[in-house]
Amino acid sequence: MELVTPHIGLLFWTTLTFVILLVLLRKFAWKPILGAVHTREDNIQKALDAAKEAEEKMSALTAQNEDLLKQAREERDIILREAKEAKESIVSEAKGIAQTEADRILVAANEQIANERMKALTELKNQVGQLSLEIAEKILSTELDDKSKQEALVNNLVEDVNLN
Amino acid sequence: MRNIKSTIVLVLVAIFSFTSLQVKAGGHGKGDFNASEFILHHVMDAHEWHLVGDNHVGLPIILLDQGLVSFSSSAFNVPVSVEQGDYAVTQDGKYAIFHETIYKTSNGELNFDSSGHPTNEMPLDFSITRNVASMLLSAVLLLLIFGSSARAYKKRGVESAPKKLQSWMEPLVLFVRDEIAKPNINEHKYQRYMPYLLTAFFFIWINNLLGLIPFFPGGSNLTGNIAFTMVMAVLTLIITNFSGNKNYWGHIFNPLGSSMPWAAKVPLYIILLPIEVAGIFIKSVALMIRLFANITAGHIVILAFTSIIFIKQSAGWSGLSVPMSLFISVLELLVAFLQAFIFTMLSALFIGSAVDEAHH
Repeated sequence: MELVTPHIGLLFWTTLTFVILLVLLRKFAWKPILGAVHTREDNIQKALDAAKEAEEKMSALTAQNEDLLKQAREERDIILREAKEAKESIVSEAKGIAQTEADRILVAANEQIANERMKALTELKNQVGQLSLEIAEKILSTELDDKSKQEALVNNLVEDVNLN
Repeated sequence: MRNIKSTIVLVLVAIFSFTSLQVKAGGHGKGDFNASEFILHHVMDAHEWHLVGDNHVGLPIILLDQGLVSFSSSAFNVPVSVEQGDYAVTQDGKYAIFHETIYKTSNGELNFDSSGHPTNEMPLDFSITRNVASMLLSAVLLLLIFGSSARAYKKRGVESAPKKLQSWMEPLVLFVRDEIAKPNINEHKYQRYMPYLLTAFFFIWINNLLGLIPFFPGGSNLTGNIAFTMVMAVLTLIITNFSGNKNYWGHIFNPLGSSMPWAAKVPLYIILLPIEVAGIFIKSVALMIRLFANITAGHIVILAFTSIIFIKQSAGWSGLSVPMSLFISVLELLVAFLQAFIFTMLSALFIGSAVDEAHH
């Protein structure tokens, strides 16, 4: 019976000790420890969240980069194609212009040649006429006694008057 | 391995062959060894702290006897031996101590009734007994252990990993939070009860462990004392019922709810309500008895195995007694933790049921 009879002294001291211990530990141990652990757990959670977010951002960024790259490639292709086209058109235009110019020059040259020829011919005709006159004069001046001499002379003269 | 085995066998044979070695229990050496008296003396509270042999540490005696009276327990230095037993009286003959109970005397003598109980007046005894001293020691230890752990968080900062003592205590604190408080108490309300649960858990555990140390300053059976477990159980009772919400009281005073009309419920409630109300207290009484009985039983079993040597008065029996009490001591290490855990766990369960919101 003695074993299961609570004594007033121990009841009192246990209550007092426990309550004081509870107050002291609460202030100096449990609050700092639980607070620190809670803060740490919060920080870990935050870090994990941030890592996840960064990963998501990273993958979004990669996708964006790929898009940009693709776009850039397309743009490059377009530019190249345009440049090629431009080159071709420029070349063909230049060719056209050169052709016309050449044609024009050719035509002009031909005309000039024709003109010069005409001029030359005209001059030649004039000179021939004049020469003929001179020849005739000479022939006339020289004795036109012999017919054969006359012919030889004329032939000789004519031979001298090479058209070219 | 074989060497160890053969060594053990040799030692055992040697011990059993020394059966002629006589053993007598020191200090109890009058006549036959009384095991039950020896065991009871050790599991009960005492006004002095036994060291070795006949050496004791005197503890403060504090009495409420028309004012506060205080002196050292070593002041009971006049031994008196009568037919009903031995007791000790102070020099001035004002107080006598008989079976760890202090009585007032006028002439330094106790008067006994026919059944052997003293009839003298008993002053209110608020002495720092062995249990109180051991409890104060445990409180100081707890303050040192957890104070320094808490300081480590301030010193090292929250981000760095816990070290040394801090790294041993943190998992234990988290164990109470994650395995005891959180599963039993509503997630948004458990924080309010954490200081009580943590203090109760570590207070019971460290005192269980101190009780398992067989020599000074351990060995007192504080957590196996009904007064200690009563205070702890009453604290849980008070916290539970002061936290009780509408839902909790509804379960007690209207356990059938709206499942029946009042006309049918009233006759049932004549039986049910007293049971429900008694249940409030029975839970705490169970808490009180469970801790008391488990720890006291552990102490009794260890002491009983040790007593075999003295009952048989032969050191040879230590071959049986020492391994058995060692085995029980190791088991008691587990029980020390387990009982602290169960007490806190059930406290959390009761508090949890008191603050739980209606969900069924």
